[in-house]
Amino acid sequence: MNDMTPFTSKPKDWETDQEVRWCPGCGDYAILKAVQRTMPELGVKPENTVFVSGIGCSSRFPYYMETYGFHTIHGRAPAVATGVKLANPELDVWIITGDGDALSIGGNHTMHLLRRNLDCQILLFNNEIYGLTKGQYSPTSRVGTRSPSTPFGSVDRPANPCAFALGSGARFVARGIDVHKNLPTVLKAAHAHKGASFVEIFQNCIVYNDEVFAPFTEKAQAGAKQLWLDNGKPMLFDGGTKGLTLDVNALTLKVVDVTDGDWQAAGVIVHDETNRGIAHMLVEMPFGAYPVALGTIYNSPAPTFESAVVEQNAKASEGKAADLQKLIGKGQTWMVDKEPRAE
Amino acid sequence: MATATRELTPAEAHAHPAPESIVVRFAGDSGDGMQLTGGQFTLSTALAGNDLATFPDFPAEIRAPQGTTFGVSAFQINFGSTAIETAGDQPDVLVAMNPAALKTNVEALKVGGLIIADEGEFTARNLAKAGYADGANPLSDGSLAKWQLFKLNISQLTLDAVKPFGLGNKEALRCKNMWTLGLALWMFDRDRAPLIDWLKGKFAKAPELAEANIAALNAGHAFGETAEIGGDVARLQQHSVAPAPAEPGLYRTVTGAEAISLGLVAGSKLANVDMFFGGYPITPASAILHHLSRLKEYGVTTFQAEDEIAAVASAIGASYAGKLGVTSSSGPGIALKGEAIGLAIMTELPLIVVNSQRGGPSTGLPTKTEQSDLYQAVYGRNGDAPMPVIAARSPADAFDCAIEACRIATQFMTPVMLLTDGYIANAAEPWKVPDMAGYAPFPVTFRETAPAEGETFLPYARDAKGARPWVKPGTPGLLHRIGGIEKKVDTGNIDYAPANHQAMTDARKDKVDGIAAHIPPQEVTLGEAGSKLVVVGWGSTFGPIHQAVRRARAKGLDVSHVHLRHIWPMPANFGDLLRSYGKILVPEMNTGQLKTVLRDQYLVDARPLNKVSGQPFRIAEIEAAIEGALA
Repeated sequence: MNDMTPFTSKPKDWETDQEVRWCPGCGDYAILKAVQRTMPELGVKPENTVFVSGIGCSSRFPYYMETYGFHTIHGRAPAVATGVKLANPELDVWIITGDGDALSIGGNHTMHLLRRNLDCQILLFNNEIYGLTKGQYSPTSRVGTRSPSTPFGSVDRPANPCAFALGSGARFVARGIDVHKNLPTVLKAAHAHKGASFVEIFQNCIVYNDEVFAPFTEKAQAGAKQLWLDNGKPMLFDGGTKGLTLDVNALTLKVVDVTDGDWQAAGVIVHDETNRGIAHMLVEMPFGAYPVALGTIYNSPAPTFESAVVEQNAKASEGKAADLQKLIGKGQTWMVDKEPRAE
Repeated sequence: MATATRELTPAEAHAHPAPESIVVRFAGDSGDGMQLTGGQFTLSTALAGNDLATFPDFPAEIRAPQGTTFGVSAFQINFGSTAIETAGDQPDVLVAMNPAALKTNVEALKVGGLIIADEGEFTARNLAKAGYADGANPLSDGSLAKWQLFKLNISQLTLDAVKPFGLGNKEALRCKNMWTLGLALWMFDRDRAPLIDWLKGKFAKAPELAEANIAALNAGHAFGETAEIGGDVARLQQHSVAPAPAEPGLYRTVTGAEAISLGLVAGSKLANVDMFFGGYPITPASAILHHLSRLKEYGVTTFQAEDEIAAVASAIGASYAGKLGVTSSSGPGIALKGEAIGLAIMTELPLIVVNSQRGGPSTGLPTKTEQSDLYQAVYGRNGDAPMPVIAARSPADAFDCAIEACRIATQFMTPVMLLTDGYIANAAEPWKVPDMAGYAPFPVTFRETAPAEGETFLPYARDAKGARPWVKPGTPGLLHRIGGIEKKVDTGNIDYAPANHQAMTDARKDKVDGIAAHIPPQEVTLGEAGSKLVVVGWGSTFGPIHQAVRRARAKGLDVSHVHLRHIWPMPANFGDLLRSYGKILVPEMNTGQLKTVLRDQYLVDARPLNKVSGQPFRIAEIEAAIEGALA
């Protein structure tokens, strides 16, 4: 029933007439552009696409996408999206959320959507701050973050979005950077994965948390601090002069030097995106001693929730006639033939 | 503990409940199977053609410590040869399976009523657990003198009856409830055959258990037939209650939870949309989720969400995608859903929220009934958030109310709150199975045509009823975005302009107010307009109010009964009707919530009659209030 010819469109076709209202210089602009640039490459139709968001700066996103869109309430986008997808599994569902929306108020829904493996893309814009409410620290803010609600610095340890996703049972986990040219590649991989695709996008909040990711996003640092993963390729960074190896005794990853491109001699491991154990290690590498793992970290598809629901509904309905009159007259019944006292 | 003030006269001791109706209460430990016994007795009563109403009263604990008073589970049934509208004020017969059951229930028994007690359970240990004083045994100390006491060792009689089946002691004693049911069936001259069929089906995989239970049932029945107990002990007598007058047709028993589930399915069929039900387990609402999850062939998708918020949010998502979203809960869960219900109001999507009310606030009394969520339903959201509210009066009425909720939600693009309560959800009553051909369909029309060239689609343009178009994502040419932020008139784009917010707030209010023109006018349930007193009720107080008004009118009092189904908006003629009465009495199982709404809406002097004990009103309580008001 589906027309399988890819739909042709231009990035412009995915833009609405609404004025984009993020702060000038916000990383969200770059993400919006990347998404609008990616959509034509996916061959999908705007009318079959639904963007669902919660509350926060990032959650304004659906208003700017010429698709169906639902700007819901704080933290609940995954729950609304679950209803959308169960009601019509043919729809291509994207969830746009932030670190506060997905991991604080909506942590429960994010966890359950991932464990159920609903087929959708979750783009978590992580800026490590509450932007829309004017700068309070968020569940991903680093210890010591000074903010209006933590004037002496935050004292609680941050959540790691990708570790949370893996721990929740996600079958696809990836990372990208708002302004990085690789973001469309990451988005395409997320879309290609059938199931819940979790993408953490490091997004710079120019007003309340400017340059918080600069230690690895700045051009000067990028090579040394970004490890772009590619399935089947060695885990190399810093222009191929460094790589990751597995320290089997300590059961950790280790940074090793690579001489003359001979990564095999250095023991650099090859990225197998279906390896869940390594994925856990990659997302938990402490920054500083290690680079930041980017791109598709884990990708191991499993049956999706909505397909299981559809299948069970069909199986349970098999051979059963939906006769409403019969249904309401079911059970132990009795007939009254005539008024008992009508004489 | 009961203490007799005097000995019974022989006439009192042999008094029997009037033949028109009999109230029986089965009470035992929550492990004794009293709800099952009551349920099966209900079925046999219905099959015998009596009208009936039931009241299951069980503890919140799944298995409270055995033998304790708080672990007592009871099931009351009122049945008769006349119209039965309440579970009965006072039982005529109390079946007490242990000391705790006797202790907690005997005070409700009518003076002269019959106690059937399993003396085998009245051991020193069980008496102590029930809190009787050391050495005291109500079965032998004369403290039950104002009632008729029939004691017998049901435990031993059951063990004897099932002996041939070689069950262990514990398993054998589990047949006690069937023995008791057998005796009860004999007492009221009931047919055992349907019960025997049911037991065979229930224990199809363990035929020896089926046989043992059938043997216990037969033994209890035979005991009634053959036992010759005379002298100064109370006597068991057989009563035959004539069938109640009833319209010819097909009947079944139905609980409120079943009726709501069936009504939602019927409503979605009449609307010609499939249903999506998002739920989260909560007492006493879970039964709706259970029923619907078995009806997949009717286009029902059920989803057990991770919490109450996800349950309602998923239903909203489903409505957005073109199904009829339904969610259900009880007060605490409805509180959690509040913000999302506001989203449905703002985005003007159909949604049905069923609230099976229970005692509150907070966790409150999960298994006890109350009507204290009316404010929550009418007012309980942030902002000016009007929402239609409908209340079912009985298990059978819940079917039509659910259909009405589907109609309003889909025709007006609005969430609707459907109120029932723990009593309606669990209670059973006979129901004349309606002919679905008698219900007018209200098919939904999804907007499918793209606007003409040069015109833009307006997702918030309204029809004559004030409803906006319902568009399924996937429809070409009608792409649009909705959300919880205030939207511009017609276009739905974000707009914070003062005049726009005023216009949109007015539009939302006008739409819901306007529903009053599309619901039936308020009828006088019993009596007429203009009497000296009107008793206004809503929800499950219908039975006791109706009976009380009937009795008062029989005594010549000028009183009428008006029962509201549409709580918000109220029927268009309701104000004039209310003002036609001299006085207004509003009995409610809360501290006066409808009373407040009536005063607010109509500036009338509505007077409250309130009860929040977790138990339904007694007819006598309302009757007394009527007499007081007219004195």
